[in-house]
Amino acid sequence: MGDAGRSAWSRAACVRDLLAIDPVGLGGVVLRARAGPVRDTFLAGLTDLPAPVIRLPPTTMTDRLTGGIDVTATIAAGRRVSGSGLLEGAGAAILPMAERLRPDLAVHIARAMDDCGLCVIAVDEGIDEDAAPASIAERAAFALHLADIAMADIHGPATGAPALARARRRLAAMQSAPELAAPIALAAMRFGIDSLRAPLLTLRAARAHAALHRRDAVEEPDLLAAVDLVLSHRVTHLPDTEATDLPTPPPGGTESAGADTDRIAPSDMLVEAVRANLPADILDRLAERASRTARGAGSGARRKGNRRGRPLPARPGRYDGSAAIDIVATLRAAAPWQTIRARTARTRRAVHVMPSDIHLKRFEEKSDRLLIFTVDASGSAAFARLAEAKGAVELLLGAAYARRDHVALIAFRGTGAELLLPPTRSLVQTKRRLAALPGGGGTPLAAGLACAMDLAIAAGRRGMTPAIALLTDGRANIALDGAADRERARADATRTARALAGQGCSTIVVDMGNRPEPDLAELGRTLGGHYLPLPRADAHRLSGAVAAALGT
Amino acid sequence: MKQPYPFAAIVGQEEMKQAMILTAIDPSLGGVLVFGDRGTGKSTAVRALAALLPPIDVVEDCPVNSARRSDCPDWAEIRSDTVVTRPTPVIDLPLGATEDRVTGALDIERALTRGEKAFQPGLLARANRGYLYIDEVNLLEDHIVDVLLDVAQSGENLVERDGLSIRHAARFVLVGSGNPEEGELRPQLLDRFGLSVDVASPGDIDDRVEVIRRREAYDHDHAAFMLRWQAEDAAIRERIVAARAALRHVRTPDAVLRDVAQLCLELGTDGLRGELTLLKAARAYAAFRDDTALARTHVRATAPAALRHRLRRDPLDEAGSGARLARAVEDVFA
Repeated sequence: MGDAGRSAWSRAACVRDLLAIDPVGLGGVVLRARAGPVRDTFLAGLTDLPAPVIRLPPTTMTDRLTGGIDVTATIAAGRRVSGSGLLEGAGAAILPMAERLRPDLAVHIARAMDDCGLCVIAVDEGIDEDAAPASIAERAAFALHLADIAMADIHGPATGAPALARARRRLAAMQSAPELAAPIALAAMRFGIDSLRAPLLTLRAARAHAALHRRDAVEEPDLLAAVDLVLSHRVTHLPDTEATDLPTPPPGGTESAGADTDRIAPSDMLVEAVRANLPADILDRLAERASRTARGAGSGARRKGNRRGRPLPARPGRYDGSAAIDIVATLRAAAPWQTIRARTARTRRAVHVMPSDIHLKRFEEKSDRLLIFTVDASGSAAFARLAEAKGAVELLLGAAYARRDHVALIAFRGTGAELLLPPTRSLVQTKRRLAALPGGGGTPLAAGLACAMDLAIAAGRRGMTPAIALLTDGRANIALDGAADRERARADATRTARALAGQGCSTIVVDMGNRPEPDLAELGRTLGGHYLPLPRADAHRLSGAVAAALGT
Repeated sequence: MKQPYPFAAIVGQEEMKQAMILTAIDPSLGGVLVFGDRGTGKSTAVRALAALLPPIDVVEDCPVNSARRSDCPDWAEIRSDTVVTRPTPVIDLPLGATEDRVTGALDIERALTRGEKAFQPGLLARANRGYLYIDEVNLLEDHIVDVLLDVAQSGENLVERDGLSIRHAARFVLVGSGNPEEGELRPQLLDRFGLSVDVASPGDIDDRVEVIRRREAYDHDHAAFMLRWQAEDAAIRERIVAARAALRHVRTPDAVLRDVAQLCLELGTDGLRGELTLLKAARAYAAFRDDTALARTHVRATAPAALRHRLRRDPLDEAGSGARLARAVEDVFA
């Protein structure tokens, strides 16, 4: 791993020290790392966090966070026993598997970060697009990728507790430095960082960094280190160089920023500091992030949906916090035994309830539906068709509010398929994405189907019920590997269709060609779904037909 | 826990601040929905709102904050006649709250230990005559939304569960915030909000710098900062109280009524709620501005917030509702 790994570790060690110095002000860190010795070393070094440090696995129940009645203890004691909430008085929280954190838990934790200064170490083991909830990542100053660090890269002794304590005292005595706000805000703006928490956290990180390096005021190196650590992972676009950039900074900024230029790094220097440390694949990551926000950024829509519903009769069970107690059923179960229990009990009570009487509430679940539009954007499908497909997606989504439907859009053209709109319920996002749907090229039907299948399987894992609508007008002519071979393309398409049929999700093939295409009817049969020839469909007819066929 | 950030110290975001002040003047307006990206000060504004609200008189120990003993629900078994002054309640409805906690349910403690059938009031009871705040309101689960819709409509919380049959008053102002990129709000719930505002981070560097400076001062020099801004908060509160009294005396000329109706007709808003809300909002705005008669300027200033979320959505319209609204306002008031 060499130099890159070593410098990554230096950053990580620096973050660790800064968090120890100002855990409340900095909010915490999102660690993206799989389990392993590097992560363990990092976490083991986090000894100087404010006590008590609690661990919140993603399965933690909400009522454990906020406190509430402890039913088992209450029955045993015969008086109310409330459990105190885990968050109450906690100084720091470690969130293992933060990418699996439920949105309702994330809201509580984010609230505690705001109100009680909880410091959060979110350990995100996500692969690809899974990520820690945005509401927490937003409030935590730092984000670290430990994946590129090998054990051999770990170097240098950890900063000792006495040194950290000295730094904390130094920080407490440090004057606030309002003149730093301008260059930091300007730098953040030029990287397209909209949130105002980012520059604030940068300022605090700079102060903590100064304290760590035994300075009484923030100096240039502190500021440079802080923008790198806090801003570089929030970048949403790269600042344009020189010419295009000129109009933005001067009007408002010059007056306040200009005065400070002599003493402290101007924002240009900060921009360079951020840019210098951006990873080489930043553009890919930006694209990845865009698709992440589209999907709800972890704080919503994704995993929710099917937890409650129509009540079913209560069942006896052990209370473990995962289900609510049905009081009436519990008391009913206990009723016949009252006389006997009263005779044998040592204490006098109005009601004798034993743990075995407890009945739990149950609900019938129904999961959210995901409509996956797989649209042929090849040259033959022409732009008009594409526009109709876009319109149909928007109409269906517009009508999907009450049904809790989600919509995704895949386009295939040229040599492959692309997920244009990750599953979403947001009209805002949909419009933005659909506006820029390109067309032209061959018809890689198999690739489109494969992409739809991947998405359907992923959605199924998240507890959604996927349904696929394939909109095309012609025959496959591009094979899975991108070769322009009609025969292989057809075979590939049939094979993928068979695999997709095995997934058991409902499908509809909409034939948008001028004449019905026998191949597509065959494909519809292979998929085990509907086939619908619909020449000259407009957006309204299309959405109506799809909705009817898929039974929405 | 620190005192919340003062309302008056929020930089910019004039429309959001105005909307919150208007609902404080006339709670019957029906609440505010604040939509915007992360880090734009949505939650800060809502938490600051509490400091602006004039205190209310409530019967001591009454679980639903009744003003008079005769208003207290029977099941609460209130004996005392003492009336105390309390801050207007601003109750948080956290995401993931169970239905039991929202509506209230059988008191587990008393049921299990004493075998008594008693009611444990929920969040709706505590929010009566106050505010109910829902952060990330667009992620609220459907069954809770159903409860809210029903209660907001009737002003009464009816609990029929666990063998209980309980009712109590639940009139509250809904304040919601959320991020539209994470999902839409159900139209029925959208309609319950009287006003809606879209917030964005200030695009002006000076404003952004000022936000950071004030926040730093709030964290760093807390006492002095609060002292300075609490005075301003108090000034706004006094204006709100004065406007509440003046509200009844604001005259509404017929011409303005016609304007309001014309505007809503032009925009094709659903139902009459749009007109009524716009009228109320404009009147509250006039009262806040110390004007005695409603004028076009008042309608103009409040129309976006009152109507933005009531336009019929055209999914194929790229410009969004803001542009359409601005156009209609220009047309009608030309």
